[in-house]
Amino acid sequence: MAEFLMPSLGADMEAGTLVEWLKKPGDPVKRGEIIAVVETQKGAIEIECFEDGVLDTYLVGLGTRVPVGTPLAMIRKPGEEPAAPKAEAAKPAEAPPPPEPEKPVEPVAEKPVPRPEPEVTAAPVVTPSGRLRITPAARRLAAEKSIDPAMLTGSGPEGAIQLADVEAASATAALQLEATRPKTGGFDFSAMREAIAAAMARSKREIPHYYLSHRSDLTNAEAFIAERNAGKAPEERILVAALFVKAVAKALKKYKEFNGHYENGEFRQGESVHIGMAINIRGGGLVAPAIHDAQDLDLDTVMEKTRDLVARVRAGRFRATELSDPTITVTSLGDRGVEAMFPIIYPPQVAIVGIGMPVTRPWVVEDKVVPRSTVTLTLAADHRVSDGHRGALFLSAIDKNLQEPEKL
Amino acid sequence: MSDDKIEAALRQELHKIAPDMEFEDIDPLGDLREEFDIDSMDFLNLVSALSKSLGLPMPEEDYDEMGSYNAMLAYLRAHSG
Repeated sequence: MAEFLMPSLGADMEAGTLVEWLKKPGDPVKRGEIIAVVETQKGAIEIECFEDGVLDTYLVGLGTRVPVGTPLAMIRKPGEEPAAPKAEAAKPAEAPPPPEPEKPVEPVAEKPVPRPEPEVTAAPVVTPSGRLRITPAARRLAAEKSIDPAMLTGSGPEGAIQLADVEAASATAALQLEATRPKTGGFDFSAMREAIAAAMARSKREIPHYYLSHRSDLTNAEAFIAERNAGKAPEERILVAALFVKAVAKALKKYKEFNGHYENGEFRQGESVHIGMAINIRGGGLVAPAIHDAQDLDLDTVMEKTRDLVARVRAGRFRATELSDPTITVTSLGDRGVEAMFPIIYPPQVAIVGIGMPVTRPWVVEDKVVPRSTVTLTLAADHRVSDGHRGALFLSAIDKNLQEPEKL
Repeated sequence: MSDDKIEAALRQELHKIAPDMEFEDIDPLGDLREEFDIDSMDFLNLVSALSKSLGLPMPEEDYDEMGSYNAMLAYLRAHSG
């Protein structure tokens, strides 16, 4: 039996409120599968399981605020015996935190469940082995609502759980959810501002930043994108942002000291390149979830993942690993704004690449001044890990990669 | 498709992408991305959605003709037979 823990949510979040279980006790779970959702300052975050097994028991009720590292549930390894539900049933007095409906969305609108069983059949199920006493109707509804019956207190004969107990539990959970949900479309803007401020204050306090800037000719990259997108349906088109991600990932193959985390006084190089994409949130705030293993992905896949991330950020829902995993961040102003930015490193990362708004500038090509589309690339990096010399080579490698988009 | 339906489709997709914007508050001749505060990914999603719902190819080389709300509307009307 293993504990399923509340994972790290990145440098600026220490806790989240459990709002949804996507698996119920007895369900098989796979590594990487999403089994719970917590609400945080940055929206709803999906929590993935880290091993294969079977969800055994919930340890935390819906609506509970859970610090990072708290066990949320027990996961049974394949072949292991279930933890005796009888234990719970035997001491209903302790019957703890309330229950869980399947969807936190519009809990009030949930249609009333018809009683499929007449009262007569609702006699408590008592087994000699001391298993959970629960009526079939209650069991069915509990399963439907993802409520663990072992966590309920039965009001029937000998403490048997009846349909009404499950209904009451479901309603309580719905009310709790209502209370914990932030008002503005999944985001609590003032809390998010606090979280960003805390992370950035820590960064400025702890990380000795240095900054570099370089203007890069974007003409080849834009021509490459235009040619590639010609004749394609909009959903198959790629944006220049995908090239930036690949150009950074490729440069990191050689300049590994910009990819990883600095923690407990030492730099730990990332085993893979997980690029955090800074994504603006309408109404204020931003998040930088990861595109995992960017070094191994082709352009179309990077684009697809970027689209998916943006869509999920807009909807206010992403995964815990996406927030805690990035080994470097890329932040791009897009095609509106200003030419250059000087970003702040997101701890425990050690570098962040800024991409300004592309602008047309006079440029010398083969001894002639011609108008070219250009972009200003910037790098903020951690002096505890690298120096400006290597930083300059890294930034220049990104520039070179952008000149050969077909090789990305 | 009638002009009204085309405008309804445009408004619907814009609302999905920028739900906080009021159509009364925007300048229909102003830069579409500025007015609705949308980035290139939002714009691509807008084009994808309109392309699907109206059955238009909307190639990238025509993006210049979709610069404002009114221009986008005119473009969609002109290309929806």
